[in-house]
Amino acid sequence: MAKSESMILIPGRTSKQGTSLNKGKLKDEYIEVSTTVEMNLDDMTRLKLQEGDQVRLSNEIGSTVVRCKGRKPEDLPAGILFIAYGPPSSQLMGSDTAGSGMPLSKHMRVSVEKVSA
Amino acid sequence: MADNIRTVKHATCTFCGCVCDDMELTVDMDKKVITKAKNACVLGRAWFAEHHIEDRPAAMIDGKEVTVEEAIEEAAQVLAGAKFPITYGLSDTTCEAQRQAVAITDIIRGTLDTTTSVCHGPSGLAFQGVGESTMSLGEVKNRADLVIYWGGNPAESHPRHFRYAVTPKGMFIPNGKKDRTVVMIDVRKTPSAPVADILIQIKPGKDFELLWALRAKVKGKKVDPKIEEITGVPLSTINDLVERMKNCRYGVLFFGMGLTMTRGRHFNSGALLALATDLNEFTHFVAKPVRGHGNVTGADNVVSWQTGYPFGVNFSRGFPRFNPGEFTTVDTLSHGDADAALIIASDPASNFPKAAIEHLKTIPVISLDTKQTLTSKIAHVAFATATYGINTTGTVYRMDDVPIPLRPAFDSPYPSDEEILTAIRKRVHELILSRRGARGATGEAKVASKQVL
Repeated sequence: MAKSESMILIPGRTSKQGTSLNKGKLKDEYIEVSTTVEMNLDDMTRLKLQEGDQVRLSNEIGSTVVRCKGRKPEDLPAGILFIAYGPPSSQLMGSDTAGSGMPLSKHMRVSVEKVSA
Repeated sequence: MADNIRTVKHATCTFCGCVCDDMELTVDMDKKVITKAKNACVLGRAWFAEHHIEDRPAAMIDGKEVTVEEAIEEAAQVLAGAKFPITYGLSDTTCEAQRQAVAITDIIRGTLDTTTSVCHGPSGLAFQGVGESTMSLGEVKNRADLVIYWGGNPAESHPRHFRYAVTPKGMFIPNGKKDRTVVMIDVRKTPSAPVADILIQIKPGKDFELLWALRAKVKGKKVDPKIEEITGVPLSTINDLVERMKNCRYGVLFFGMGLTMTRGRHFNSGALLALATDLNEFTHFVAKPVRGHGNVTGADNVVSWQTGYPFGVNFSRGFPRFNPGEFTTVDTLSHGDADAALIIASDPASNFPKAAIEHLKTIPVISLDTKQTLTSKIAHVAFATATYGINTTGTVYRMDDVPIPLRPAFDSPYPSDEEILTAIRKRVHELILSRRGARGATGEAKVASKQVL
Protein backbone atom coordinates (compact mmCIF):
# COMPACT_ATOMS: atom_id res chain seq x y z
CA MET A 1 0.00 0.00 0.00
CA ALA A 2 1.27 3.49 -0.87
CA LYS A 3 2.66 5.60 1.96
CA SER A 4 0.24 8.29 3.15
CA GLU A 5 0.99 11.50 4.98
CA SER A 6 -1.13 14.09 6.75
CA MET A 7 -0.99 17.61 5.27
CA ILE A 8 -3.00 20.85 5.29
CA LEU A 9 -4.98 21.66 2.15
CA ILE A 10 -5.68 25.29 1.24
CA PRO A 11 -8.24 25.81 -1.54
CA GLY A 12 -8.16 29.28 -3.11
CA ARG A 13 -8.39 31.35 -6.25
CA THR A 14 -5.87 31.43 -9.10
CA SER A 15 -5.64 33.42 -12.31
CA LYS A 16 -6.06 30.28 -14.42
CA GLN A 17 -9.12 29.25 -12.44
CA GLY A 18 -10.56 32.72 -12.97
CA THR A 19 -9.95 32.78 -16.71
CA SER A 20 -11.06 29.18 -17.29
CA LEU A 21 -14.35 29.54 -15.43
CA ASN A 22 -15.30 32.23 -17.95
CA LYS A 23 -15.10 29.59 -20.66
CA GLY A 24 -17.33 27.31 -18.61
CA LYS A 25 -17.04 25.14 -15.55
CA LEU A 26 -17.83 22.04 -17.56
CA LYS A 27 -14.99 22.69 -20.03
CA ASP A 28 -11.66 20.81 -19.98
CA GLU A 29 -9.56 23.82 -18.95
CA TYR A 30 -11.53 24.45 -15.75
CA ILE A 31 -11.57 20.74 -14.90
CA GLU A 32 -7.78 20.59 -15.41
CA VAL A 33 -7.19 23.64 -13.18
CA SER A 34 -9.46 22.48 -10.37
CA THR A 35 -7.98 18.95 -10.31
CA THR A 36 -4.35 19.99 -9.86
CA VAL A 37 -2.88 20.26 -6.37
CA GLU A 38 0.33 22.18 -5.67
CA MET A 39 2.82 20.53 -3.31
CA ASN A 40 6.18 21.43 -1.79
CA LEU A 41 8.91 19.76 -3.92
CA ASP A 42 10.64 18.32 -0.84
CA ASP A 43 7.37 16.67 0.20
CA MET A 44 6.98 15.26 -3.31
CA THR A 45 10.47 13.78 -3.18
CA ARG A 46 9.79 12.20 0.21
CA LEU A 47 6.52 10.69 -1.04
CA LYS A 48 8.28 9.50 -4.23
CA LEU A 49 5.99 11.64 -6.39
CA GLN A 50 6.79 12.96 -9.85
CA GLU A 51 5.25 16.02 -11.49
CA GLY A 52 1.80 15.05 -12.77
CA ASP A 53 1.42 11.92 -10.63
CA GLN A 54 -2.04 11.23 -9.28
CA VAL A 55 -2.59 11.50 -5.53
CA ARG A 56 -5.61 10.70 -3.40
CA LEU A 57 -6.58 13.35 -0.87
CA SER A 58 -8.92 12.09 1.81
CA ASN A 59 -10.37 13.02 5.18
CA GLU A 60 -13.36 12.05 7.32
CA ILE A 61 -15.70 13.81 4.85
CA GLY A 62 -14.64 12.20 1.58
CA SER A 63 -11.83 11.74 -0.90
CA THR A 64 -10.76 12.93 -4.33
CA VAL A 65 -8.03 12.09 -6.82
CA VAL A 66 -6.01 14.95 -8.33
CA ARG A 67 -2.68 15.49 -10.11
CA CYS A 68 0.23 17.01 -8.23
CA LYS A 69 2.41 19.90 -9.31
CA GLY A 70 5.63 20.88 -7.56
CA ARG A 71 6.28 24.26 -5.93
CA LYS A 72 9.61 25.50 -4.62
CA PRO A 73 9.91 25.20 -0.80
CA GLU A 74 10.29 28.99 -0.47
CA ASP A 75 6.91 29.46 -2.20
CA LEU A 76 4.91 26.73 -0.46
CA PRO A 77 5.91 25.51 3.03
CA ALA A 78 6.37 21.81 3.75
CA GLY A 79 3.13 20.09 4.74
CA ILE A 80 0.93 22.60 2.91
CA LEU A 81 -1.05 21.84 -0.25
CA PHE A 82 -2.78 24.39 -2.46
CA ILE A 83 -5.64 23.69 -4.88
CA ALA A 84 -7.94 25.95 -6.91
CA TYR A 85 -11.54 25.92 -5.69
CA GLY A 86 -13.73 23.41 -7.50
CA PRO A 87 -15.64 20.15 -7.21
CA PRO A 88 -12.62 18.12 -5.93
CA SER A 89 -12.02 20.46 -2.97
CA SER A 90 -15.77 20.44 -2.20
CA GLN A 91 -15.56 16.67 -1.73
CA LEU A 92 -13.37 17.26 1.31
CA MET A 93 -15.35 20.11 2.87
CA GLY A 94 -17.42 19.49 5.98
CA SER A 95 -20.89 20.98 6.27
CA ASP A 96 -20.74 22.11 9.91
CA THR A 97 -20.77 25.90 9.95
CA ALA A 98 -20.63 26.28 13.75
CA GLY A 99 -23.62 28.60 13.62
CA SER A 100 -21.96 30.99 11.18
CA GLY A 101 -23.17 29.84 7.77
CA MET A 102 -19.56 29.32 6.67
CA PRO A 103 -18.11 25.81 6.38
CA LEU A 104 -14.38 25.51 7.06
CA SER A 105 -13.13 25.84 3.49
CA LYS A 106 -9.41 26.38 4.05
CA HIS A 107 -6.77 24.64 6.11
CA MET A 108 -8.37 21.23 5.83
CA ARG A 109 -6.36 18.35 7.31
CA VAL A 110 -6.11 15.65 4.61
CA SER A 111 -4.27 12.41 4.09
CA VAL A 112 -2.15 12.29 0.93
CA GLU A 113 -1.18 9.09 -0.85
CA LYS A 114 0.11 8.24 -4.29
CA VAL A 115 -2.35 6.53 -6.61
CA SER A 116 -0.63 3.65 -8.40
CA ALA A 117 -0.73 3.92 -12.19
CA MET B 1 -11.77 43.37 -40.96
CA ALA B 2 -15.43 43.46 -40.04
CA ASP B 3 -17.32 46.68 -40.81
CA ASN B 4 -19.87 46.58 -38.07
CA ILE B 5 -17.60 47.50 -35.18
CA ARG B 6 -18.80 49.36 -32.12
CA THR B 7 -16.76 50.95 -29.36
CA VAL B 8 -18.17 51.14 -25.84
CA LYS B 9 -16.33 53.61 -23.62
CA HIS B 10 -16.50 53.62 -19.82
CA ALA B 11 -17.90 50.10 -19.77
CA THR B 12 -17.80 48.18 -16.50
CA CYS B 13 -16.20 44.80 -15.84
CA THR B 14 -18.32 42.75 -13.45
CA PHE B 15 -16.00 39.80 -12.99
CA CYS B 16 -14.67 40.70 -9.55
CA GLY B 17 -15.52 43.13 -6.77
CA CYS B 18 -13.19 45.82 -8.14
CA VAL B 19 -15.91 46.52 -10.76
CA CYS B 20 -13.48 48.53 -12.91
CA ASP B 21 -15.50 51.11 -14.86
CA ASP B 22 -12.79 52.34 -17.23
CA MET B 23 -13.10 49.61 -19.85
CA GLU B 24 -13.04 50.48 -23.54
CA LEU B 25 -14.64 47.63 -25.45
CA THR B 26 -14.33 46.90 -29.16
CA VAL B 27 -17.35 44.90 -30.26
CA ASP B 28 -17.93 42.98 -33.48
CA MET B 29 -21.67 43.53 -33.72
CA ASP B 30 -22.14 40.96 -36.51
CA LYS B 31 -20.52 38.12 -34.59
CA LYS B 32 -21.66 39.53 -31.23
CA VAL B 33 -18.27 39.16 -29.61
CA ILE B 34 -16.01 41.56 -27.76
CA THR B 35 -12.70 41.49 -29.61
CA LYS B 36 -10.78 43.84 -27.34
CA ALA B 37 -11.14 45.05 -23.77
CA LYS B 38 -8.74 47.94 -23.25
CA ASN B 39 -7.65 48.47 -19.61
CA ALA B 40 -8.91 45.04 -18.55
CA CYS B 41 -6.78 42.69 -16.43
CA VAL B 42 -6.23 39.05 -17.31
CA LEU B 43 -9.50 38.08 -15.59
CA GLY B 44 -11.43 40.92 -17.22
CA ARG B 45 -10.12 40.05 -20.68
CA ALA B 46 -11.33 36.47 -20.24
CA TRP B 47 -14.68 37.72 -18.88
CA PHE B 48 -15.34 39.88 -21.94
CA ALA B 49 -13.89 37.46 -24.51
CA GLU B 50 -15.73 34.36 -23.31
CA HIS B 51 -19.22 35.74 -22.83
CA HIS B 52 -20.64 35.47 -26.30
CA ILE B 53 -23.98 34.09 -27.48
CA GLU B 54 -24.14 30.39 -26.71
CA ASP B 55 -26.16 27.88 -28.65
CA ARG B 56 -28.43 26.44 -25.99
CA PRO B 57 -32.15 26.66 -25.15
CA ALA B 58 -33.35 29.69 -23.19
CA ALA B 59 -35.35 27.42 -20.93
CA MET B 60 -35.44 23.73 -20.08
CA ILE B 61 -37.50 21.50 -17.80
CA ASP B 62 -35.79 18.26 -16.81
CA GLY B 63 -33.32 18.72 -19.66
CA LYS B 64 -35.96 19.20 -22.35
CA GLU B 65 -36.37 22.49 -24.21
CA VAL B 66 -39.52 24.45 -23.37
CA THR B 67 -40.71 28.00 -23.90
CA VAL B 68 -39.64 30.64 -21.40
CA GLU B 69 -43.31 31.07 -20.45
CA GLU B 70 -43.71 27.36 -19.68
CA ALA B 71 -40.56 27.42 -17.56
CA ILE B 72 -41.75 30.48 -15.65
CA GLU B 73 -45.07 28.79 -14.92
CA GLU B 74 -43.34 25.62 -13.69
CA ALA B 75 -40.86 27.60 -11.57
CA ALA B 76 -43.69 29.59 -9.98
CA GLN B 77 -45.70 26.44 -9.24
CA VAL B 78 -42.70 24.79 -7.58
CA LEU B 79 -41.86 27.82 -5.45
CA ALA B 80 -45.44 28.60 -4.45
CA GLY B 81 -46.08 24.97 -3.52
CA ALA B 82 -42.93 24.42 -1.46
CA LYS B 83 -42.95 24.38 2.35
CA PHE B 84 -39.35 25.52 2.84
CA PRO B 85 -38.17 27.15 -0.40
CA ILE B 86 -34.76 28.78 -0.47
CA THR B 87 -33.33 31.50 -2.71
CA TYR B 88 -29.56 31.59 -3.12
CA GLY B 89 -26.78 33.19 -5.18
CA LEU B 90 -27.33 36.75 -6.43
CA SER B 91 -23.74 38.00 -6.38
CA ASP B 92 -23.35 37.88 -10.17
CA THR B 93 -26.42 39.79 -11.21
CA THR B 94 -27.73 43.35 -11.03
CA CYS B 95 -29.26 45.09 -8.02
CA GLU B 96 -32.48 45.32 -10.02
CA ALA B 97 -32.61 41.51 -10.34
CA GLN B 98 -31.67 41.11 -6.67
CA ARG B 99 -34.68 43.23 -5.69
CA GLN B 100 -36.98 40.86 -7.54
CA ALA B 101 -35.44 37.82 -5.83
CA VAL B 102 -36.01 39.39 -2.40
CA ALA B 103 -39.66 40.07 -3.32
CA ILE B 104 -40.20 36.49 -4.52
CA THR B 105 -38.76 35.05 -1.30
CA ASP B 106 -40.89 37.41 0.78
CA ILE B 107 -44.08 36.41 -1.08
CA ILE B 108 -43.45 32.66 -0.79
CA ARG B 109 -42.27 33.04 2.83
CA GLY B 110 -39.00 31.41 1.94
CA THR B 111 -35.40 31.74 3.07
CA LEU B 112 -33.07 34.16 1.34
CA ASP B 113 -29.30 33.87 1.28
CA THR B 114 -26.48 35.07 -0.96
CA THR B 115 -22.95 33.87 -1.70
CA THR B 116 -21.85 36.26 1.03
CA SER B 117 -22.56 33.50 3.55
CA VAL B 118 -19.68 31.42 2.13
CA CYS B 119 -17.47 34.44 1.40
CA HIS B 120 -17.32 37.36 3.84
CA GLY B 121 -20.43 36.33 5.80
CA PRO B 122 -18.27 36.00 8.92
CA SER B 123 -17.06 39.57 8.32
CA GLY B 124 -20.71 40.64 8.15
CA LEU B 125 -21.23 39.10 11.59
CA ALA B 126 -18.11 40.86 12.84
CA PHE B 127 -19.37 44.23 11.52
CA GLN B 128 -22.46 43.79 13.66
CA GLY B 129 -20.42 42.86 16.71
CA VAL B 130 -17.41 45.15 16.45
CA GLY B 131 -18.25 47.87 13.90
CA GLU B 132 -16.32 48.93 10.84
CA SER B 133 -13.85 51.79 10.41
CA THR B 134 -14.29 52.16 6.69
CA MET B 135 -13.58 54.25 3.58
CA SER B 136 -13.85 54.37 -0.21
CA LEU B 137 -11.07 53.07 -2.44
CA GLY B 138 -10.56 56.63 -3.72
CA GLU B 139 -9.59 57.65 -0.19
CA VAL B 140 -7.02 54.85 -0.10
CA LYS B 141 -5.61 55.98 -3.44
CA ASN B 142 -5.20 59.56 -2.26
CA ARG B 143 -4.14 59.04 1.36
CA ALA B 144 -2.92 55.58 2.34
CA ASP B 145 0.81 55.36 3.16
CA LEU B 146 0.58 51.95 4.88
CA VAL B 147 -1.33 49.20 3.08
CA ILE B 148 -1.68 45.77 4.68
CA TYR B 149 -3.18 42.77 2.86
CA TRP B 150 -4.12 39.92 5.21
CA GLY B 151 -5.18 36.47 3.99
CA GLY B 152 -5.66 37.40 0.37
CA ASN B 153 -3.95 37.13 -3.00
CA PRO B 154 -5.12 40.17 -4.98
CA ALA B 155 -2.61 39.65 -7.81
CA GLU B 156 -4.66 36.61 -8.83
CA SER B 157 -8.14 37.29 -7.45
CA HIS B 158 -8.40 41.09 -7.96
CA PRO B 159 -5.48 42.05 -10.23
CA ARG B 160 -6.45 45.73 -10.53
CA HIS B 161 -6.95 46.27 -6.81
CA PHE B 162 -3.39 47.60 -6.78
CA ARG B 163 -4.47 50.56 -8.94
CA TYR B 164 -6.29 51.89 -5.87
CA ALA B 165 -4.02 50.79 -3.08
CA VAL B 166 -0.46 50.34 -4.28
CA THR B 167 0.64 51.95 -7.53
CA PRO B 168 -1.34 55.18 -8.07
CA LYS B 169 -0.16 58.66 -7.26
CA GLY B 170 -2.68 60.38 -5.00
CA MET B 171 -3.40 63.83 -3.60
CA PHE B 172 -1.23 63.15 -0.52
CA ILE B 173 0.79 60.34 -2.09
CA PRO B 174 2.62 62.24 -4.86
CA ASN B 175 5.14 59.49 -5.65
CA GLY B 176 2.74 56.55 -5.78
CA LYS B 177 4.20 53.27 -4.55
CA LYS B 178 7.40 54.99 -3.34
CA ASP B 179 5.30 56.81 -0.74
CA ARG B 180 3.60 53.67 0.54
CA THR B 181 4.68 50.67 2.56
CA VAL B 182 2.92 47.49 1.48
CA VAL B 183 2.69 44.51 3.86
CA MET B 184 1.43 41.04 2.91
CA ILE B 185 0.44 38.58 5.62
CA ASP B 186 -0.30 35.05 4.42
CA VAL B 187 0.43 31.40 5.03
CA ARG B 188 2.21 31.03 1.70
CA LYS B 189 4.20 33.13 -0.72
CA THR B 190 1.58 33.99 -3.32
CA PRO B 191 2.02 35.75 -6.68
CA SER B 192 1.06 38.95 -4.80
CA ALA B 193 4.29 38.75 -2.77
CA PRO B 194 6.50 40.75 -5.20
CA VAL B 195 4.35 43.84 -4.54
CA ALA B 196 5.11 43.71 -0.81
CA ASP B 197 7.82 45.66 0.98
CA ILE B 198 7.31 43.38 3.97
CA LEU B 199 6.21 39.77 3.70
CA ILE B 200 5.02 38.03 6.87
CA GLN B 201 4.44 34.30 6.63
CA ILE B 202 2.10 33.05 9.33
CA LYS B 203 1.32 29.47 10.39
CA PRO B 204 -2.04 28.21 9.06
CA GLY B 205 -4.96 28.88 11.36
CA LYS B 206 -3.07 31.28 13.65
CA ASP B 207 -4.49 34.58 12.38
CA PHE B 208 -6.51 35.32 15.50
CA GLU B 209 -3.48 34.75 17.73
CA LEU B 210 -1.34 37.14 15.67
CA LEU B 211 -4.10 39.76 15.52
CA TRP B 212 -4.55 39.58 19.30
CA ALA B 213 -0.81 39.93 19.85
CA LEU B 214 -0.80 43.01 17.61
CA ARG B 215 -3.71 44.46 19.58
CA ALA B 216 -1.87 43.84 22.83
CA LYS B 217 1.27 45.57 21.57
CA VAL B 218 -0.73 48.51 20.20
CA LYS B 219 -2.20 48.92 23.69
CA GLY B 220 1.29 48.77 25.23
CA LYS B 221 0.94 45.31 26.79
CA LYS B 222 3.71 42.72 26.99
CA VAL B 223 3.65 39.79 24.60
CA ASP B 224 5.51 36.56 25.37
CA PRO B 225 8.29 35.85 22.84
CA LYS B 226 6.75 32.35 22.55
CA ILE B 227 4.29 33.99 20.17
CA GLU B 228 6.76 32.98 17.45
CA GLU B 229 6.27 29.28 18.27
CA ILE B 230 2.51 29.74 18.03
CA THR B 231 2.18 31.98 14.98
CA GLY B 232 5.49 31.56 13.17
CA VAL B 233 6.03 35.33 13.41
CA PRO B 234 8.92 36.64 15.58
CA LEU B 235 8.16 39.22 18.28
CA SER B 236 10.60 41.61 16.58
CA THR B 237 8.47 41.50 13.41
CA ILE B 238 5.33 42.16 15.47
CA ASN B 239 7.01 45.11 17.20
CA ASP B 240 8.15 46.55 13.88
CA LEU B 241 4.69 46.25 12.33
CA VAL B 242 3.04 47.85 15.37
CA GLU B 243 5.40 50.84 15.18
CA ARG B 244 4.66 51.25 11.47
CA MET B 245 0.91 51.04 12.10
CA LYS B 246 0.95 53.58 14.93
CA ASN B 247 3.18 56.02 13.07
CA CYS B 248 1.68 56.00 9.59
CA ARG B 249 -0.53 58.90 8.46
CA TYR B 250 -3.28 56.74 6.97
CA GLY B 251 -3.28 52.96 7.30
CA VAL B 252 -5.55 50.38 5.72
CA LEU B 253 -6.12 46.69 6.40
CA PHE B 254 -7.52 44.78 3.42
CA PHE B 255 -8.56 41.27 4.37
CA GLY B 256 -9.51 38.22 2.36
CA MET B 257 -11.05 34.82 2.84
CA GLY B 258 -7.86 33.55 4.44
CA LEU B 259 -9.45 35.00 7.56
CA THR B 260 -13.12 34.14 7.08
CA MET B 261 -12.90 30.58 5.77
CA THR B 262 -10.57 29.31 8.47
CA ARG B 263 -10.86 28.33 12.11
CA GLY B 264 -12.08 31.37 14.00
CA ARG B 265 -14.13 32.75 11.09
CA HIS B 266 -15.96 35.88 12.42
CA PHE B 267 -13.63 36.06 15.42
CA ASN B 268 -10.74 36.55 12.98
CA SER B 269 -12.57 39.32 11.10
CA GLY B 270 -13.69 40.85 14.39
CA ALA B 271 -10.13 40.87 15.74
CA LEU B 272 -8.89 42.65 12.60
CA LEU B 273 -11.70 45.22 12.72
CA ALA B 274 -11.00 45.80 16.42
CA LEU B 275 -7.29 46.29 15.63
CA ALA B 276 -8.21 49.00 13.09
CA THR B 277 -10.42 50.68 15.69
CA ASP B 278 -7.65 50.48 18.33
CA LEU B 279 -5.20 52.16 15.96
CA ASN B 280 -7.45 55.21 15.64
CA GLU B 281 -6.17 56.27 19.06
CA PHE B 282 -2.87 56.97 17.29
CA THR B 283 -3.61 57.73 13.64
CA HIS B 284 -6.25 57.24 10.95
CA PHE B 285 -6.76 53.55 10.25
CA VAL B 286 -9.43 51.74 8.24
CA ALA B 287 -10.30 48.17 7.26
CA LYS B 288 -12.12 46.68 4.31
CA PRO B 289 -12.86 43.13 3.13
CA VAL B 290 -11.74 42.46 -0.43
CA ARG B 291 -14.98 41.20 -1.96
CA GLY B 292 -15.11 38.56 -4.66
CA HIS B 293 -17.91 38.40 -7.20
CA GLY B 294 -18.87 41.42 -9.31
CA ASN B 295 -21.96 42.44 -7.37
CA VAL B 296 -21.72 40.60 -4.07
CA THR B 297 -21.53 43.99 -2.37
CA GLY B 298 -24.75 44.96 -4.15
CA ALA B 299 -26.39 41.79 -2.83
CA ASP B 300 -25.46 42.79 0.73
CA ASN B 301 -26.83 46.29 0.14
CA VAL B 302 -30.09 45.26 -1.53
CA VAL B 303 -30.91 42.50 0.96
CA SER B 304 -30.08 44.88 3.83
CA TRP B 305 -32.31 47.67 2.45
CA GLN B 306 -35.22 45.36 1.97
CA THR B 307 -35.02 43.07 4.99
CA GLY B 308 -32.76 44.80 7.49
CA TYR B 309 -30.18 41.98 7.30
CA PRO B 310 -27.46 41.22 4.75
CA PHE B 311 -27.92 37.42 4.24
CA GLY B 312 -29.40 34.35 5.92
CA VAL B 313 -32.93 35.81 6.15
CA ASN B 314 -36.10 33.80 6.72
CA PHE B 315 -39.64 35.03 5.97
CA SER B 316 -41.65 32.04 7.19
CA ARG B 317 -43.40 34.08 9.90
CA GLY B 318 -44.27 36.86 7.48
CA PHE B 319 -41.43 39.13 8.62
CA PRO B 320 -37.66 38.87 8.16
CA ARG B 321 -35.57 37.00 10.72
CA PHE B 322 -31.77 36.73 10.57
CA ASN B 323 -29.97 33.67 11.84
CA PRO B 324 -26.71 32.53 10.22
CA GLY B 325 -26.16 28.84 10.88
CA GLU B 326 -29.88 28.18 10.52
CA PHE B 327 -31.03 30.23 7.51
CA THR B 328 -27.76 30.18 5.55
CA THR B 329 -27.76 27.91 2.53
CA VAL B 330 -25.05 25.43 3.50
CA ASP B 331 -27.12 24.78 6.63
CA THR B 332 -30.59 24.66 5.02
CA LEU B 333 -29.26 22.15 2.48
CA SER B 334 -26.99 20.07 4.72
CA HIS B 335 -29.72 19.73 7.36
CA GLY B 336 -32.22 18.67 4.70
CA ASP B 337 -34.59 21.58 5.45
CA ALA B 338 -35.02 23.03 1.95
CA ASP B 339 -37.61 21.41 -0.31
CA ALA B 340 -37.10 23.69 -3.35
CA ALA B 341 -34.30 26.03 -4.42
CA LEU B 342 -34.16 29.12 -6.62
CA ILE B 343 -30.49 29.54 -7.55
CA ILE B 344 -29.48 32.74 -9.31
CA ALA B 345 -26.06 33.15 -10.94
CA SER B 346 -24.32 30.72 -8.65
CA ASP B 347 -23.09 27.14 -8.68
CA PRO B 348 -23.53 25.50 -5.27
CA ALA B 349 -23.54 22.02 -6.87
CA SER B 350 -19.88 22.65 -7.62
CA ASN B 351 -18.66 24.62 -4.61
CA PHE B 352 -20.69 23.53 -1.59
CA PRO B 353 -19.87 20.81 0.94
CA LYS B 354 -20.66 17.27 -0.11
CA ALA B 355 -23.68 16.89 2.20
CA ALA B 356 -25.27 20.08 0.85
CA ILE B 357 -24.75 18.99 -2.76
CA GLU B 358 -26.29 15.59 -2.04
CA HIS B 359 -29.46 17.23 -0.68
CA LEU B 360 -29.59 19.74 -3.54
CA LYS B 361 -29.79 16.80 -5.94
CA THR B 362 -32.95 15.53 -4.23
CA ILE B 363 -35.09 18.71 -4.46
CA PRO B 364 -36.48 20.70 -7.41
CA VAL B 365 -33.93 23.34 -8.39
CA ILE B 366 -34.68 26.40 -10.53
CA SER B 367 -31.48 27.86 -11.94
CA LEU B 368 -30.68 31.08 -13.78
CA ASP B 369 -27.18 31.25 -15.26
CA THR B 370 -25.32 32.56 -18.28
CA LYS B 371 -23.29 29.36 -18.58
CA GLN B 372 -23.96 25.69 -18.07
CA THR B 373 -22.84 24.59 -14.61
CA LEU B 374 -23.19 21.54 -12.43
CA THR B 375 -26.15 23.33 -10.80
CA SER B 376 -27.91 24.04 -14.10
CA LYS B 377 -27.30 20.40 -15.09
CA ILE B 378 -29.20 19.08 -12.07
CA ALA B 379 -31.90 21.79 -12.25
CA HIS B 380 -35.56 20.87 -12.72
CA VAL B 381 -36.08 24.25 -14.43
CA ALA B 382 -33.02 25.88 -16.06
CA PHE B 383 -32.99 29.35 -17.61
CA ALA B 384 -30.14 30.62 -19.81
CA THR B 385 -29.90 34.35 -19.14
CA ALA B 386 -28.13 37.38 -20.57
CA THR B 387 -24.82 38.44 -18.99
CA TYR B 388 -24.97 41.50 -16.77
CA GLY B 389 -22.77 44.33 -17.93
CA ILE B 390 -22.18 42.72 -21.35
CA ASN B 391 -25.80 42.31 -22.50
CA THR B 392 -27.80 44.19 -19.89
CA THR B 393 -27.86 47.51 -18.11
CA GLY B 394 -28.34 47.82 -14.38
CA THR B 395 -26.49 48.79 -11.23
CA VAL B 396 -23.70 47.06 -9.37
CA TYR B 397 -21.77 47.96 -6.21
CA ARG B 398 -18.00 48.09 -6.02
CA MET B 399 -16.45 46.44 -2.95
CA ASP B 400 -16.34 49.82 -1.18
CA ASP B 401 -20.14 50.24 -1.52
CA VAL B 402 -19.93 52.69 -4.44
CA PRO B 403 -22.79 52.10 -6.95
CA ILE B 404 -21.73 51.92 -10.61
CA PRO B 405 -23.96 51.78 -13.72
CA LEU B 406 -23.49 49.18 -16.45
CA ARG B 407 -23.10 49.94 -20.16
CA PRO B 408 -23.86 46.85 -22.25
CA ALA B 409 -21.92 45.93 -25.39
CA PHE B 410 -24.44 43.96 -27.44
CA ASP B 411 -27.91 42.42 -27.15
CA SER B 412 -28.51 38.82 -26.14
CA PRO B 413 -31.34 36.60 -27.37
CA TYR B 414 -31.73 35.44 -23.78
CA PRO B 415 -33.81 37.36 -21.23
CA SER B 416 -32.10 39.07 -18.32
CA ASP B 417 -32.20 37.72 -14.76
CA GLU B 418 -34.38 40.69 -13.87
CA GLU B 419 -36.94 39.85 -16.59
CA ILE B 420 -37.17 36.19 -15.57
CA LEU B 421 -37.39 36.99 -11.86
CA THR B 422 -39.99 39.72 -12.41
CA ALA B 423 -42.18 37.25 -14.32
CA ILE B 424 -41.77 34.58 -11.62
CA ARG B 425 -42.55 37.15 -8.93
CA LYS B 426 -45.80 38.15 -10.63
CA ARG B 427 -46.89 34.56 -11.10
CA VAL B 428 -46.06 33.36 -7.56
CA HIS B 429 -47.91 36.39 -6.26
CA GLU B 430 -51.02 35.36 -8.20
CA LEU B 431 -50.73 31.78 -6.98
CA ILE B 432 -50.17 32.73 -3.34
CA LEU B 433 -53.02 35.26 -3.39
CA SER B 434 -55.41 32.74 -4.88
CA ARG B 435 -54.47 30.17 -2.23
CA ARG B 436 -54.75 32.66 0.59
CA GLY B 437 -58.03 33.87 -0.89
CA ALA B 438 -59.31 30.30 -0.91
CA ARG B 439 -58.38 30.06 2.76
CA GLY B 440 -60.11 33.38 3.49
CA ALA B 441 -57.18 35.81 3.61
CA THR B 442 -58.00 39.13 5.18
CA GLY B 443 -58.30 42.36 3.22
CA GLU B 444 -55.21 43.70 4.99
CA ALA B 445 -53.20 40.73 3.86
CA LYS B 446 -54.18 41.34 0.25
CA VAL B 447 -53.29 45.01 0.48
CA ALA B 448 -49.96 44.13 2.09
CA SER B 449 -49.24 41.64 -0.65
CA LYS B 450 -49.96 44.23 -3.35
CA GLN B 451 -47.53 46.60 -1.70
CA VAL B 452 -44.78 44.06 -2.21
CA LEU B 453 -45.20 44.40 -5.97
